[in-house]
Amino acid sequence: MTNGWTDVRNADVVLIMGGNPAENHPVGFRFAMQAKKNRKAKLVCVDPRFTRTAAVSDKYVQMRSGSDIAFLGGLIHHSLETGQYHEEYVREHTNASFLVDDEFGFEDGLFSGWDSEAGKYDKSSWGYQKDGRGYARIDKTLENPRSVFQLLRRHYSRYTPEAVANICGCSAEEFTEAAKIVCSTGVAGRSGTILYALGWTQHSHSVQLIHTAAMLQLLLGNVGMPGGGINAQRGHSNIQGATDMGAWDKLPGYLNAPRADWRTLAEYNRGTSPQALRPDSLNYWSNTPKFMTSLLKAYYGANAKRENDFGYGYMPKHAEGANHGWGYLFDKMYAGDVSGLIAFGMNPVANGPNSKKMIAALGKLDWLIVAENFETETAAFWDAKKLAGEYYPSAVDPSEIQTEVFLLPAACFAEKDGAFVNSSRWLQWKSAAADPPGEALPDQEIVARLFLEVRRLYEEEAGANPEPVLSMQWPYGNQVRPDLAEVAKEINGRQVATGDQVSGFGELKDDGSTLCGNWLYSGSYTEDGNQMARRGQNDSTGLGLYADWAWSWPANRRVLYNRASADADGKPWDATRAPIQWRDGRYVGDVPDYKADAPPDANGAFIMLPEGVARLYAPGLVEGPFPEHYEPAESPVENALHPAVSSNPTAIRFNSDADSLGDAAEYPYVAVTYRLTEHYHYWTKHVASSSTLQSTFFVEISQDLAEEEGLKAGDQIRVSSARGHAEGPVLITKRMRKLTVSGKPVFQVGLPIHWGFLGRVKGPLVNNLTPSVMDPNSGTPEYKGFLVKLEKL
Amino acid sequence: MTDRISRRTLLKAGAAAATTFGFSLEPARAAAKHLKIAHTTQTQSICPYCAVGCSVILHTLGDKAHNVKSSVVHVEGDPNSPVNRGTLCPKGISLKQFIVNERRLTKPRYRAPGATEFAEIEWDEAISKMARRIKDSRDQGFEERDDQGRMVNRLDNVAIIGGCTDTNEINYLISKFRFALGVLTYENQARL
Repeated sequence: MTNGWTDVRNADVVLIMGGNPAENHPVGFRFAMQAKKNRKAKLVCVDPRFTRTAAVSDKYVQMRSGSDIAFLGGLIHHSLETGQYHEEYVREHTNASFLVDDEFGFEDGLFSGWDSEAGKYDKSSWGYQKDGRGYARIDKTLENPRSVFQLLRRHYSRYTPEAVANICGCSAEEFTEAAKIVCSTGVAGRSGTILYALGWTQHSHSVQLIHTAAMLQLLLGNVGMPGGGINAQRGHSNIQGATDMGAWDKLPGYLNAPRADWRTLAEYNRGTSPQALRPDSLNYWSNTPKFMTSLLKAYYGANAKRENDFGYGYMPKHAEGANHGWGYLFDKMYAGDVSGLIAFGMNPVANGPNSKKMIAALGKLDWLIVAENFETETAAFWDAKKLAGEYYPSAVDPSEIQTEVFLLPAACFAEKDGAFVNSSRWLQWKSAAADPPGEALPDQEIVARLFLEVRRLYEEEAGANPEPVLSMQWPYGNQVRPDLAEVAKEINGRQVATGDQVSGFGELKDDGSTLCGNWLYSGSYTEDGNQMARRGQNDSTGLGLYADWAWSWPANRRVLYNRASADADGKPWDATRAPIQWRDGRYVGDVPDYKADAPPDANGAFIMLPEGVARLYAPGLVEGPFPEHYEPAESPVENALHPAVSSNPTAIRFNSDADSLGDAAEYPYVAVTYRLTEHYHYWTKHVASSSTLQSTFFVEISQDLAEEEGLKAGDQIRVSSARGHAEGPVLITKRMRKLTVSGKPVFQVGLPIHWGFLGRVKGPLVNNLTPSVMDPNSGTPEYKGFLVKLEKL
Repeated sequence: MTDRISRRTLLKAGAAAATTFGFSLEPARAAAKHLKIAHTTQTQSICPYCAVGCSVILHTLGDKAHNVKSSVVHVEGDPNSPVNRGTLCPKGISLKQFIVNERRLTKPRYRAPGATEFAEIEWDEAISKMARRIKDSRDQGFEERDDQGRMVNRLDNVAIIGGCTDTNEINYLISKFRFALGVLTYENQARL
């Protein structure tokens, strides 16, 4: 989230789309209800189902899963056509004034530079026009036809209410009613927020979808404002923290993972530190060398010296253009090219796409290590034939599966210390309350014992380059069970010479004098102690920022981009809702997202971007600088805007024999997966109350579809996709209805997740049906908007 | 840490407040004697489910003396948290059933190639076997230089996944383990 849960109460309008907080984040949803009650805020809910969130909204629009960009593009169109945008904000705080290369263009669904053979774009025409010093040229009148603003207006001119209605399956009138409410915040003095969740992230065009939302919020002047922002609700207790700590392509703190052509630390720094695109851009990522060197010092300690590039050579370097994301991992495993997998509290058979492929892939491993609270489908994958053979006809006898499996009992949250980062970016410390059951061990001990034993083997025996193993630091008092407070201090960072904790990332250096495990968390555990464990109730701004409760990254800042809450001279757009104010040579209020002692006119408001301003036009994304409506990989209709380029041409697709896609002739209905309020993901099927309250998988359909298929409530049905199927009773509701899309009737099918072949209650895995088609930027699979058919059993 | 408050102190404070309203405290005191949380230790924690980040108070019995295992007897929302102010959702309120659950894994298990069931295994043996597998795979798959002769020190036949319900500190330790081995593929639930 750019803002946070407690800030939602400051909104005048709450757009809830791609999420259902009333049921899935009920405690957080209280803040939307507070805004409604105390500020007379309007709630707008756009969703394929009439959810409990919709039930308490002021305006609900039913739409077809997978058509969100069309809806949001329509909102951008409405905002520009009616003048309901915050013109001064757009001029000062976005790249609307930037001039784009003359060669850039868009035609028939493709941007300039499309290489149909390679299946990707040559982005060289997407850049800005530059002056002699390498800065982007701008036109603050926004009238230049090559300005981002004019290109934006032209691009979204096609997204009329009628076009939106035709694609989304709603009416033009209900779209316009929603648009009037949402765009009413496009003035100084009104704030609108957006809450979204996996209904937005699980598409083959999800990053562009969220970019569209960000563009809308920038046009409306809502980014940086209390009661504004783009707020991902997120579905797991520390999914934010796990993201902050890196993935295949990122190191801790969103530093880029080293690449083979960055052979030295200097080349890495040059390759990853951006150049400022405007003279007044602070360009904060130019500090990358300080963060990277401090991370290398944390990893390699005394083995990180200037002479050896601080150990940069030990780090693994991926090939240029390689992708080691989730889909590629399992495709490679399915092909038999992966030897071992270690899963800490993760269950790919249940939560990965196309479970049949997951199960088959795991059977080609030499070994699998699973650390868990409960036995999972992943740990028991080799027994799928016995446990759920009806869903996996191709599953083989265990005797034919040579994978060795280690299933390790792990402590649960209540039995471990440490910090979770909630979706508000708050690092909240928890303390262990009880002992783990039986011989279960805390994960830090499992990781430590594995590391120490592998290291011992490399000390005693020959083997592949032992240096990276032997150089890694493990400087903890208790080697086998590191004290997590000690680890948290290392993550915060300290002065190497004195051992003093740094107070923030501003103290980090690129000369090896500081170490820091994650620059973003620098300030979380200082000489003043563990800031994440703070429990202060103070709310000095009255805005619900709670600066003394826990600790928020970065720098305990509660509202990201808060400098944009004021005009170029620093005058707040809304004095009653100013997160920061410039007084007597410093900022008061929230921690400024700006240089703390620089007057408001010193730099652009978006210090993390080389532009110095926010991007309405984002030339770094894979499928184009402006979001465009593309159909899901499986769709009941052709793309109404450009039939020849129907789905995202750059989406990640796989071609194994397990990866078939279906068409509307055979699979006519649009399926969407969702969560129930009684359950949490694939865990609570082990819990008595949850599994009693919602014991059974079901298939939700509309009365219209029940009539079409001749189904009665409770009929047992099979729902199938081109990949697999699930069986259960049908639930007929008024929460969905027949939609008309491109003149055709379209029906949607709702599939709650939560069951599997192990648990107090059992049922089919919904991911039996989902495709391994993924967003090209994020690698997230398309769990919303794939095609299915129904059969009565 | 200041996060352990005796339940009795809290009740006393509550009682002092109550007298100002003129209630008789005797019935409340009598009832408190029998409350299952009257003698518990309270520990502050965070709900492990969705990302709202509700604070919870875990009530445990057992004084953590040698050979005494403490166990969770009650979970409630923490009224001091500005996020949840004591409230919890239907999942959070039943966390005790998640923690104290007969389905929890309590012993390491091992499934040999071709086996039709899991067997129990001792931790030491499991650790030594797993470390051996990891080293063998690394020795076999490690790439010190790529086909252009560039130093890459990478391992692409072993992958690590997980971490979205683990703490930052554990994820950081996993990052050290990952880079020590040279593992390229490290993925988590955020991707899904």
